[in-house]
Amino acid sequence: MKNKTFQSLTNPLAKNNPVLVQILGICSALAVTTQLKPALVMGLSVTAVCAFSNLVLSLLRNGIPDRIRIIVQLVVIAALVTIVNDVLKAYVYDVSKQLSVYVGLIITNCIIMGRVEAFALSNKPLPSLLDGIGNGIGYGAVLVIIGFVRELFGNGSLFGYQIIPECFYEAGYVNNGLMLFPPAALIIVGVIIWVHRTANKDLQEK
Amino acid sequence: MKQNYNKPLPKRLLDKFAPTFSEGGKLSWLHSFYEAMETFFYVPTDVTKKGSHVRDCNDMKRTMFMVIIALVPTILFGMWNIGFQRIGGADFSIWQNFWFGFWKMLPSILVTYIVGLSIECAFAQIRKEEVNEGFFVSGILIPLIIPIGTPLWMTGLATAFAVVIGKEIFGGTGMNIFNPALLARLFIFFSYTSSISGESVWFTDGRTGATALGELANTGQLPEGFSMLDAFVGNIAGSIGETSTLCILLGAIVLLATGTASWRTMISVFVGGLVMGGIFNLLAPAAPVTPTEHYLALPAWQHLLLGGFAFGAVFMATDPVTSAQTNAGKCIVGFMIGALAILVRVFNTGYPEGMMLAIIFMNALAPVVDHYVVQANIKRRNRRAKKTVNA
Repeated sequence: MKNKTFQSLTNPLAKNNPVLVQILGICSALAVTTQLKPALVMGLSVTAVCAFSNLVLSLLRNGIPDRIRIIVQLVVIAALVTIVNDVLKAYVYDVSKQLSVYVGLIITNCIIMGRVEAFALSNKPLPSLLDGIGNGIGYGAVLVIIGFVRELFGNGSLFGYQIIPECFYEAGYVNNGLMLFPPAALIIVGVIIWVHRTANKDLQEK
Repeated sequence: MKQNYNKPLPKRLLDKFAPTFSEGGKLSWLHSFYEAMETFFYVPTDVTKKGSHVRDCNDMKRTMFMVIIALVPTILFGMWNIGFQRIGGADFSIWQNFWFGFWKMLPSILVTYIVGLSIECAFAQIRKEEVNEGFFVSGILIPLIIPIGTPLWMTGLATAFAVVIGKEIFGGTGMNIFNPALLARLFIFFSYTSSISGESVWFTDGRTGATALGELANTGQLPEGFSMLDAFVGNIAGSIGETSTLCILLGAIVLLATGTASWRTMISVFVGGLVMGGIFNLLAPAAPVTPTEHYLALPAWQHLLLGGFAFGAVFMATDPVTSAQTNAGKCIVGFMIGALAILVRVFNTGYPEGMMLAIIFMNALAPVVDHYVVQANIKRRNRRAKKTVNA
């Protein structure tokens, strides 16, 4: 039992990653990953929302009538997203401005609703909380990888600090503008999925 | 092994090293490379062992070679034109200009072939397949469609992108959705926009100036003193392969005479361009004021001589893998490529050359077009069959 609980935290990190295996949450992966910092903040925000919505709805799961469960879920998720949005505005205002509508759009992130429907409504609070954290981190990790590649090659910097030295530019190096377009994120997601499937042979479709 | 001295040298060498490269040999990890060299020099002796198979001497290697032959006039002219376009190029002799351009162009040809072929070999080796010949054409097309001033590392990176993302992940030669050579250009265009458009990239030795299309995108008018004869012969600024419509037509004759490329695609691209250009001419006001209005008034036939239109129509749109497979589909796709190219040129001044985007776009739509052509054919035949039964 203990082991199974722990697995609900580790499974979504790689084996059942929401982005790489279930292909969920792609739209925000394209939108907020031109730089590393917003990608990291977005990952943390989704982790917080996902974890607590799973926890709250798992606690309420026996009291929610089946017919109106979607409405109840939305109320909980929307409340959490509003809190996250206000926290971001209070403490990291510049990132919050960069993320703009995408923080609010966490409500519509398929991962959160998906985990609540698929896991929290039929499991106890502790595994649900861990599952939420695991999925949030699994999503955030992919975002951070994409943000890392896009900021490094698109801007030559990481977290806003110049990484590629000036002498490279003098020698003729040019930042890759394609990396700043959304299609680049899609291509990087594809490459990550490629590597991921190569490492996990049982995930390969026949 | 006893050597047979009646055989020519390459064959002897190949035979001598055969055990080294076959399974269990020291260099078995390079087997696909050995195999490629062997079939490059000699017609393979192996035949398929089961099932039906088309027996024809015109295999993929020979088809690809035909395209290379068709490209020869364009390549030679392009090399001369590099020299001719430099400062004072007109004062040098034909040979001086040609050698100047030859040495300017050789590095980028080498880079594309080395990068592209090593990636292809690596993938073939990992997948235990044979190396395909598809890259022989792409490898020469890439240097022809980028500006001469493109840095070599960009050329190499774009080639790697085109081969890996555009071709190998779809399953290699014959499975790709997009034309790999155009994908390489697309990569440079979107990644390093400043190095493929603007004024300084089309010439060597510090001379600057916009291409005719660049000028058109800005002002809607051709540069002063620009003659259509020059655009036809090709001694103008532009990517190496695209300037000379005359040499491209020579290549087109070779491709059509040998049946390598589809005349349906080729002609319908030109028709599409003419029709779209004609429509724009009708739309153009009598006294044009804005750049776009000036551009609308540009005679339709002049569009076909400018930029990469002819090169795209003859060598890119006709790619048998990425174009439509049905005859009607080829006509539709070709027409749309021509029409879209002119549409992008005139109305989106951010993209002075619409041909690349038009071909890539129609590459993506070609399977859909094919699907509906086949469905329409099935429907028509069903109706005819019903009529006969009822009658």
